[in-house]
Amino acid sequence: MNRTEQNSSFWGDLWYSSKRAVLKVVKYVFTPFIPSKKHNPEYYTMKSRNARIGILFILPFILGFLVFMVRPLIQSLWLSFCNVTVVQGKGLQTTWAAFDNYYYALRVDNNFATNLTDEITRMLVNSFATLVLSFVIAFILNQQFKGRTVARVIFFLPVILSSGVLSGIDSNTESYNLMMGMSADVAAASGVNLSASLQDLLSTSGVGSGVFEVVFNMIDAIYDIIMASGIQIIVFLSGLQNIPRSLYEAADVEGCTGWESFCKITFPMVSPLLLVNGIYTIIDFFMKNDNAVMESINEYMYTKKIDYGVSSAMSWLYFAVSIAFIGIFSFIVSRGVNYYED
Amino acid sequence: MKTERVYTKRSFWELNRRSGGYLLRKTLKAKIVSIVRWLLVFGLCFMIIQPLIIRFVNSLKPEIDLYDSTVKLVPRTVTLENYSIVLGLTDMPNSMLNTLWISLLTSICQVVATTLVAYGFARYDFPLKKFWFACVIATIVIPPQAISSSLYNYFARFDILGIIKLIKGNTLNLIGSPTPYVLMCLTCMGLKDGLYIYMLRQYFRNVPKSLEEAAFMDGCGTMKTFLRIMLPDAMPIIISCFLFAFVWQWTDVFYARNFLTSSYSILANQLSSIETKFARTLAGVVQGNASTTVAPARSQQLISIGVLVCACPLIVLYLFAQRFFVESISMTGTKM
Repeated sequence: MNRTEQNSSFWGDLWYSSKRAVLKVVKYVFTPFIPSKKHNPEYYTMKSRNARIGILFILPFILGFLVFMVRPLIQSLWLSFCNVTVVQGKGLQTTWAAFDNYYYALRVDNNFATNLTDEITRMLVNSFATLVLSFVIAFILNQQFKGRTVARVIFFLPVILSSGVLSGIDSNTESYNLMMGMSADVAAASGVNLSASLQDLLSTSGVGSGVFEVVFNMIDAIYDIIMASGIQIIVFLSGLQNIPRSLYEAADVEGCTGWESFCKITFPMVSPLLLVNGIYTIIDFFMKNDNAVMESINEYMYTKKIDYGVSSAMSWLYFAVSIAFIGIFSFIVSRGVNYYED
Repeated sequence: MKTERVYTKRSFWELNRRSGGYLLRKTLKAKIVSIVRWLLVFGLCFMIIQPLIIRFVNSLKPEIDLYDSTVKLVPRTVTLENYSIVLGLTDMPNSMLNTLWISLLTSICQVVATTLVAYGFARYDFPLKKFWFACVIATIVIPPQAISSSLYNYFARFDILGIIKLIKGNTLNLIGSPTPYVLMCLTCMGLKDGLYIYMLRQYFRNVPKSLEEAAFMDGCGTMKTFLRIMLPDAMPIIISCFLFAFVWQWTDVFYARNFLTSSYSILANQLSSIETKFARTLAGVVQGNASTTVAPARSQQLISIGVLVCACPLIVLYLFAQRFFVESISMTGTKM
């Protein structure tokens, strides 16, 4: 096409360049699939053949993604903008309601917004602690010592014990809350709570309280943190085992101390896994069953007041927040990660 | 004449003196490090094990011991009565069997599908590959709650492009059967399938490409290369994916609650309703007193028995398969 014949306005240029871009993409995508000796000789190349085989291999995923993920997602996005009523025998009936559900979730429902902010702060603190702890544990488990196999077996138990029903089963019941309340009273009366008394001691002796509060919260939540770090330990452990021994030997010969070889070899070699583990930790934390936000979503979905509109609005808000956090995390960490090429 | 060197065994202190105190420092340091390490490992292990031990001990106590403040850890009399109560409440042999075959079926489907997909991602170049892999990552991140209601509706009136309605005159209701499970697992949309695809892809990427090229030169077709050359080597990682899938499926509540509402008794569902069921049975005994509540200690005891019974097969399974996990995951490599 000759460009001078066209009206060379801004919109004309845009039309022309976008058309070219679209044609390029279409050609790129469909080249391996249109058999035509005359118009598409590239169909018969090895590259196209491999592309066809590759697509065939991932076809189950594509189908599943379109049918069981994209379709429901679009539907739930639609539901989150509608007033939904359940009609017996007919399914769901929807009327357009714009942002009402979002307004309801954030401003009317008195738990959701506070739960969301609480969970985010807890997530930030806990996932940092999880990463550090799981790295330390993996580092220890990678060393030679007596009873290492037993320790490895035990440190895997959290993967089993924190999955599915087992994770929140006894903390979700009313009886547990009752018991916890009682035992807290007893502890307060007898004054045996070690971390609380230590905290008192430190704060009265004039040490800054803000940081210590965070640290003490971590210590109090150590059981949860260990329970959340099963997979991370395994991943870090695998990374540590992949570091070639020769690197350490070379460092030793050059006179590196243990600390130096940790900083210069171990940590950089494992840092790509930091990204994987961090993302996994954040996702795991956001998806937990005993998470307060999940509970309030479930509340609107199954138990208290069934309102699919509000529950989808909530889960979309939650989804957006978690995506944002994962994005920020991976942006920051991927700057500092270095990849080792053999 | 050949001079003969005589090595005499010197004492530790002698050696230490000769090295100028270095040996002593080194030995002491190693000892201290090992003590600190042992303390750390022991403390953390204890923290993981302790709730299990307490649960186990508690489960053997008769009910009276729970309210007796002089009984702390060791029960006065050991009883297995609580176990029989829980087994009765949760419909145990039946629900255990159901959970077993459903978990087996779904995890096998998951592993087959994810292995194929991961191999495709690792070894073939095709248009929009990066886009599709981003979609794989997205499936890990999207909360299942966001799509559960519309999935429920979809499976309640299941139809493939209107074909089923054309043949049978009506849409199918798949809720209450494991078919939705299986369909989703076969298309890589099961529980945490994105993670398995990721792990397997990492493994396949690290296999030398020359293996496949050699196979191709010898006239091996695509499927034959995959089945005969790639799969046997990948067995450990595939088994560990299978075990992960099995464990997570075994304890999963989400899909169980959504798709297997009441027709199959599943461990996870039974476990989460122990407390209410027990209260109901008690109310039946007390004759229609609807507001009967179970003492918190008692219901905690029953729940922890349920947890033990549910986790026990998994722990045994893990003890047998433990060596696969770390070894095989270390093969997946560190590269993203």
